[in-house]
Amino acid sequence: MALLNWLQSLGLDYGWAWFIGQAAMILFFDVVLLVSIAFILLADRKIWAAVQLRRGPNVVGPLGLFQTFADLFKFMFKEVIIPSSANKVIFFLAPLVTATLAFAGWAVIPMAPGWVVADINVGILYLFAMSSLGVYGIIMAGWASNSKYPFLSALRAAAQMVSYEVSIGFVIITVLLFAGSLNLSAIVRAQETTSIFAFSGWNVFSILFPMLPIFFVSALAETNRPPFDLVEAESELVAGFFVEYSATQFMLFFLGEYVSIMLMCSLMTVLFLGGWLPPLNIAPFTMVPGIVWFLIKILFFFFMFAMVKAMVPRYRYDQLMRLGWKVFLPTSLLWVVVTAGYVLLFHHHA
Amino acid sequence: MLLQTIAFYAFSAILLASAFMVISARNPVHSVFFLILAFFNAAGLFVLLGAEFLAMILVIVYVGAVAVLFLFVVMMLDVDFAELKSGAQQYILVGGGVGIVLLLELIGSAMMWKFSPAATVAAAHPTPTGISNTEAIGRILYTDYIYYFQIAGLVLLVAMIGAIVLTLRHRPGVRRQDIGKQNARVASEAMALVDVKPGQGA
Repeated sequence: MALLNWLQSLGLDYGWAWFIGQAAMILFFDVVLLVSIAFILLADRKIWAAVQLRRGPNVVGPLGLFQTFADLFKFMFKEVIIPSSANKVIFFLAPLVTATLAFAGWAVIPMAPGWVVADINVGILYLFAMSSLGVYGIIMAGWASNSKYPFLSALRAAAQMVSYEVSIGFVIITVLLFAGSLNLSAIVRAQETTSIFAFSGWNVFSILFPMLPIFFVSALAETNRPPFDLVEAESELVAGFFVEYSATQFMLFFLGEYVSIMLMCSLMTVLFLGGWLPPLNIAPFTMVPGIVWFLIKILFFFFMFAMVKAMVPRYRYDQLMRLGWKVFLPTSLLWVVVTAGYVLLFHHHA
Repeated sequence: MLLQTIAFYAFSAILLASAFMVISARNPVHSVFFLILAFFNAAGLFVLLGAEFLAMILVIVYVGAVAVLFLFVVMMLDVDFAELKSGAQQYILVGGGVGIVLLLELIGSAMMWKFSPAATVAAAHPTPTGISNTEAIGRILYTDYIYYFQIAGLVLLVAMIGAIVLTLRHRPGVRRQDIGKQNARVASEAMALVDVKPGQGA
């Protein structure tokens, strides 16, 4: 806002000032996000190592803190190798699509009251759209590589992501029925209570409680995280859809994956754990700024993601499909009906 | 305003160009990608109109689901479009006839077009004052057009069941995992303790 006023005072009209202000905000936000992702990546490897009684990366910088930056430079200075029979345009576009879509979703996530790049009315639909488009990066990469394993992997990925999107969609519908809005800030505000035990207002402690595990597992499948990383499946598909990729393009896939994992974590925070709201409505808790609570909740979910990766063995493909279509879909569909009935009878929102 | 004008012309130009490329691209997979680009720009135009709900639904349904299936089919079937086009001449009469009938129907329905009173109020602006776009669509869809909505749902249900019935095949001799059966197994049914005497075998 301050930037907007300053730009207008320089003689720019409102439209252009707004445009430049937004662009600056998005740039700043993306830089912060990228740096955080660097440490998140390290945390993932450290947690994984700790579960397996290893030390994890510990050479670059104190406690290995700069490991990710070293990896970044390594990827950037490697040679870009393009298979001679690849479809070059789509081969180049695929990693860009993956990374861009992963970043685009963050535009509507409210970090704290008013801290959101685009506070749009249909925020949750936008997020759903962006996450459902993530499959294109993988299909494009798999097809354009013109090679067996990437193509098989792309087909698996597409089937897997389309299947789990269905249950994610139904979970989202239950939440928005309960909140009565498609705007993410409004969904967080709907979870606010005046009681001391502020957490009792969170969606996870309401009739929506069975939806959080379903959403969590679907999010694992949607982001191709272990135990649902059949897309990569080193032992059968070498490394899946990015076998043929190297250097910066590989890094973009890697980055996109982690950005969308964090996006899913923050979406769960907003939908179920009350976003920026403190857990208790008493003095030391209410004094902490909302962004801190939001980050703590995101990191909690990320810790769960990392632990699942370390502990659970990979699913077989038919088991994955069975879980998605025969367990999650009927359960979430039933819960849409239950929630709708509950909202109609007991839970009148304005 | 200038920004909106620039955005409008950018979206429309890319939309038209990619729509043209859908039918003129040599590689069918490229055609599908251009189709996706066209959908995207149409969604952008919807956003400019203030119809953000329609824009998002367009992206979710058409780009996120329908186009993925298109892509699947086109990638796996390896369609040779040149061969398909060579036989197109003999169907030109039938195809043209169908096209003309469709065109006449469209013109007919456009002439008969009437707005419901609720819609006329809302038509002045896609987001009527006080309620959001989504709510406005919901109010019309679930009040004035509830029966049409239900009929559309039933048609989809029948189509879905039809597709399942047509493709469901129980092949004999395929060993499948039955989780219920596995969980129901108990040690007493699955195992037998045999007291084997030395030197005789089981």
